[in-house]
Amino acid sequence: MGLAKRIIPCLDVDNGRVVKGVKFVEIRDAGDPVEIARRYDAEGADEITFLDITASHHDRETMVHVVEQVASQVFIPLTVGGGIRKVEDVRRMLNAGADKVAINTAAVHNPEFVREAAEKFGSQCIVVAIDAKKVSGEGEPNRWEIFTHGGRKATGIDAIEWAKKMVAYGAGEILLTSMDRDGTKIGFDLELTRAICEAVTVPVIASGGVGNLEHLVDGVKEGHADAVLAASIFHFGEYSIEQAKRHMAAAGIEMRL
Amino acid sequence: MSTVAVIDYGMGNLHSVAKALEKVAQGKTRVVVSSDPAEVLKAGRVVLPGVGAIRDCMGEIKRLGFDEVVQKVVATGTPLLGVCVGMQALMDFSVENGGTECLGVLPGRVEFFGTDLTDPVSDEHLKVPHMGWNQVNQHQRHPMWAGIAQDSRFYFVHSYYVQPAGPEVIAASCNYGITFTAAVVRDNVFATQFHPEKSAHAGLKLYENFLNWNGKS
Repeated sequence: MGLAKRIIPCLDVDNGRVVKGVKFVEIRDAGDPVEIARRYDAEGADEITFLDITASHHDRETMVHVVEQVASQVFIPLTVGGGIRKVEDVRRMLNAGADKVAINTAAVHNPEFVREAAEKFGSQCIVVAIDAKKVSGEGEPNRWEIFTHGGRKATGIDAIEWAKKMVAYGAGEILLTSMDRDGTKIGFDLELTRAICEAVTVPVIASGGVGNLEHLVDGVKEGHADAVLAASIFHFGEYSIEQAKRHMAAAGIEMRL
Repeated sequence: MSTVAVIDYGMGNLHSVAKALEKVAQGKTRVVVSSDPAEVLKAGRVVLPGVGAIRDCMGEIKRLGFDEVVQKVVATGTPLLGVCVGMQALMDFSVENGGTECLGVLPGRVEFFGTDLTDPVSDEHLKVPHMGWNQVNQHQRHPMWAGIAQDSRFYFVHSYYVQPAGPEVIAASCNYGITFTAAVVRDNVFATQFHPEKSAHAGLKLYENFLNWNGKS
């Protein structure tokens, strides 16, 4: 017995409201991040990740209040991503009660930001989010590249090299999303997940493509992920976190039950 | 009304610690987050939290005079709870940041997990930081463990661990490639490597126990 693998539900928050339609029977207001976070906590979520997809800079202050409220009522680790561009953004979210921040595009534009944030606040709270897409053709050795702006912008940067570099710069964890799989519900890109997990010394969260509970098992067993992140299978009430954890435990994976 | 003071030396997330204490205090204990040594010394209970790098933590603890405050709290028998880097700071010395002198409340050192940590059973390479929910094995009966099942899971995130000079202060241990000290206790001092404020029910129970603890075993 030892360290458990983690299940992390992810919530997209737009101007203080959870979007992508969450369906819980007992929840009157399906868009309230605090209520949803409490529900996930009660179901046994190991952590919760909030992705702030608010478009305007002005409304980003709303996210700080969301984090404050959730952190006052939910006593499991909270990660906040989206719009983290400056050391000041990191500080604001940590002070509001976030335990970790996920840095994505800003890391690509300015890798030194990751180093600076890790030195100031410690690697334990710096997650680097990597959006990767397969660029190698049929029959060629696998190669994935980093994309920014929600997978629209190619950077030409090799995903494995980038992950290693980010860890060297102080990332304490990698949140790895396959842009090929995101939203497809056909499972994680397991080759990508394993390649990144084997390349870095810090924990890796697999994301993108979960459509059923077996996919979560594959992410850990085949992909070697330390944690699995999913959004839609939990949001739409297809499965509860508890069901997912029991399923993974039954498959021989160490879980917190 | 009794007061619990959370020492604010400018490092890391005090919000969660304070909120968790408020949750279990239920209005019966006042929770103050304070950077004022005098206010901390007046409190009936004291929490020394901490995240981040030890050298910065120790630097701020000393700059604000909390090194002396902690020594006084320990000497007067006031219940003191150290959390994560707050636990590490209680030891003599940490190997982090090229070697950092700590408060020396408890004899022992803070060591690094290293980059070649492996699972002795599966031989699998283990990631550092040790991050996530792991089982905490209680070594002794203690009021701080009241109502918390043996081997309950708590949330950890750390790359360094405490190695006390002697086993008598070990309140709990945890396995991650090696067996390391997850909690220490001596008289009115209790400290955990894990984060009770992030450990759901078991963690809240520990804070509740702290608010009920008289500082004696």
